[in-house]
Amino acid sequence: MSEDPPRSERFVTREARVLRKELLVSPWPELGLVAFDGPNDPEPELVVENGCVTRIDGRGVDEFDVIDHFLASHGLNLEAAGDAAALTDEELARRLVDVDVPREELVTLSSGITPARLARVVSMLDPVELMFALKKLRARRRPANQAHVTNLKENPALLAADAAEAAARGFAEVETTVGVARYAPLNALAILVGSQTGRPGVLTQCAVEERRNLQLAIQGLVTYAETLSVYGTEPVFVDGDDTPWSKALLAAAYASRGVKVRFTSGGGSEALMGHAEGKSMLYLEARCLATIRAAGSQGVQNGSISCVALALSVPGGTREILAENVLAAWLDLEVAAGNDAIASHSEIRKTAKLMGQFLPGTDFVTSGYSVMPRRDNTFGGGNYDADDLDEWLTMQRDWQVDGGIEPVGEQELVAVRRHAARAVQAVFSAFGFPTITDEEIEAATLGFDSRALPDRDRAADVAAADRVLADRISGLDVARALADAGFADVAEAVLGMQRHRIAADYLQTSAIIAPDGTVEAAVNDPNEYAGPGTGYRLEGERWATLRSLPHELDPRELVDGHDEDAPPLLAELATAGRRSSDRDVVIAVGPAFGDRLRETINGLRHEEVLAAVLAGVRESGAEPRLVRVRRTSDVAFIAHDGARLSGSGIGVGLQSKGTAVIHRADLQPLDNLELFGMAPLLTLDSYRAIGRNAAGYANGEPVGPVPTELDNFARAKLIVTTTLLHARETAAIVPDAPAVEVTLA
Amino acid sequence: MAYAGTVEFDPTRDYPLGDRRPDLVTTPSGLRQADVTLEAVCAGTLGGEDVRATAETIERQAAVALAAGRKPLAENLLRAAELAAVPADTVLEIYTALRPRRATSAELESWAGRLERDFAAPRTAAFVREALTVYARRGLLAVDERRPAQV
Repeated sequence: MSEDPPRSERFVTREARVLRKELLVSPWPELGLVAFDGPNDPEPELVVENGCVTRIDGRGVDEFDVIDHFLASHGLNLEAAGDAAALTDEELARRLVDVDVPREELVTLSSGITPARLARVVSMLDPVELMFALKKLRARRRPANQAHVTNLKENPALLAADAAEAAARGFAEVETTVGVARYAPLNALAILVGSQTGRPGVLTQCAVEERRNLQLAIQGLVTYAETLSVYGTEPVFVDGDDTPWSKALLAAAYASRGVKVRFTSGGGSEALMGHAEGKSMLYLEARCLATIRAAGSQGVQNGSISCVALALSVPGGTREILAENVLAAWLDLEVAAGNDAIASHSEIRKTAKLMGQFLPGTDFVTSGYSVMPRRDNTFGGGNYDADDLDEWLTMQRDWQVDGGIEPVGEQELVAVRRHAARAVQAVFSAFGFPTITDEEIEAATLGFDSRALPDRDRAADVAAADRVLADRISGLDVARALADAGFADVAEAVLGMQRHRIAADYLQTSAIIAPDGTVEAAVNDPNEYAGPGTGYRLEGERWATLRSLPHELDPRELVDGHDEDAPPLLAELATAGRRSSDRDVVIAVGPAFGDRLRETINGLRHEEVLAAVLAGVRESGAEPRLVRVRRTSDVAFIAHDGARLSGSGIGVGLQSKGTAVIHRADLQPLDNLELFGMAPLLTLDSYRAIGRNAAGYANGEPVGPVPTELDNFARAKLIVTTTLLHARETAAIVPDAPAVEVTLA
Repeated sequence: MAYAGTVEFDPTRDYPLGDRRPDLVTTPSGLRQADVTLEAVCAGTLGGEDVRATAETIERQAAVALAAGRKPLAENLLRAAELAAVPADTVLEIYTALRPRRATSAELESWAGRLERDFAAPRTAAFVREALTVYARRGLLAVDERRPAQV
């Protein structure tokens, strides 16, 4: 029996990180566990005879599956097919990243290309080229974002408050779902009222079974749907209990009732459902997207969606997901780009994946950002949630990129949340639904998650939900109830959504509704990016909004700390000269020390720091002398100037922020005996030890360096304060002025 | 001008219809957007499910989509315009019939006929017949129990 080989502690430690909860697997193409270029992916092929498509990607009409038949009938523009056939794959791929080729031309070409060729051309792009192509191909000029709003208790006050927060933060769409199907009408009602309280014009949906969803739309309680799933092989499509024809009819049914429709697809779903037919994720997604366009959907949510972790298990998974989004945009579809299901346990890994969509911008950067804490997300998602909001906002500020979420101050949000919860309370009261208590409103306004809310009578709520359908309670009824209860603003916004149903402008590609009621779609706000200086750029008023985070500080107000009128700590005497005594040790302080600045970065008062250094020098048998260096704020030169004045040749330099150096006159200024750069970690004991060591050098004794600690995060935490303190020190410089002797005043 | 006092609809310029052509946009009972006010709602003169797009409005949206180069979207909206007048329950029955192995050939043909005859929906009827042909080839029709499949 052989012994286990010895383990490296570093490997063992890495294995304990959350990343390793996820499995990485080598490709297994037969099961569809391959991102690109599956061995069974067909060679691209398109044959047209007498105006009819007779072969697609390796199959003749007799072998066509239901998807091929649908594409042959609705999915290929034969005129564009001729133009596309005249270009090589390389020429097509180059055009995708050529700023001088307009999006319109590329979209037309895509309508004449079969799925196998679409996948092959897009797979030629590397990650940065994919990002660039996505930026160029996005349908709507301005990127936006979608929110998820749910909670485990299905509490209507909390749903309304979270929907209001989502709307106030600038999300263009809010999606809810249900834990228990019969709740759907109440949840739809709550997010309608909540979203319109936060910002008029937000589109809402309740992801439930199609019949129920359509009924909610007919009653004017929801305005969009993205539940129409499509798969890339016939067996999975049929297992999903649909065909391209049934899905297309459903899309028309929704549109007939004024519902904006978005299909859903994503790599990995066919493998998960057991019928990938040995094809790659990207090729199968290309079939889905071609079907979705052929069905007449204005858009898609894709990018692996709920199978994201499966796509990420195989090599190239992140790139494949981005390639899916690019394909969808190339096919002229509105793209809600995933990033809703949890992609990874690792914050690094999932955010690296996010950058593929975040930096180029998509119509919806996520298919659902969890506005509430993850625990309340009943979509089984919450890749990014309430706890991550400051990070998201900071990334927007860091990159100067619009990720569709606006910073809003705490009190403003508290007010919006409370207003929404009260509005839905009034609606419940008007319809005779189970009471929403004031206690629930306060908990919904201020609480962390649904645990803060009391339990409701679920049987009574479900009965009320049934009444919404039985009594055909409509958007107009909701508006009337709000108006009667004095919520005129919310009533007007809910009514505005009903008015939008009459014109149905939001049925067009990539449509969202601006706060002033203007519909912005790819028709009237198209992405016309054509290189630097064109297209959507985060600048002006919008940039000012996104960059001004509530916790951003004014640096001018940061380091004022002390009373300007307080008398200086040090009295200046005569110009300092060199002494001859070899017990003389000069303590040289910076220009602002004890004057414009009074304490170190670690909060130690300057008089206490000086007392510690002086005591240290004295107790080791040397004579300290205080000097102020005025010509420089650099700690090396302050210390070296002090050393050159010192009879012993030893000087201690002290910057106002607390950084210290022990120097010797015969060394180069930027050399030193000991440097104490970690000012945030220095204590009075450290300064006393610095004094003792300086005296030890002066006495010619053997000296062990003062022990110092290291905090690798000190710089990230304190570099701004350091800069501001140093700026004040530098402002106190008197150019060319000689050092002066000082004494404690 | 097509009619006295009206300006013809231009799908390349008249989007969004709600802002640019409010004169063309009404509910099925003839209300304009401007008629949908809080006062009217509170007076109870509006019916909730009447506040929606007409078939004509959806057809105009189809024209906008086509003018923007989006043929499949336009075709979907034209089917939607046809379905606007079909009762919701009927629409959902047709949807169910189109799901895999739900309807026989005769049943799908019957739906196509009804769409043509009863609802003036020739595009949707043709769409159903097209599905019928493909379903027959792919084994996606329901087995007709009166005529068991030949072995």
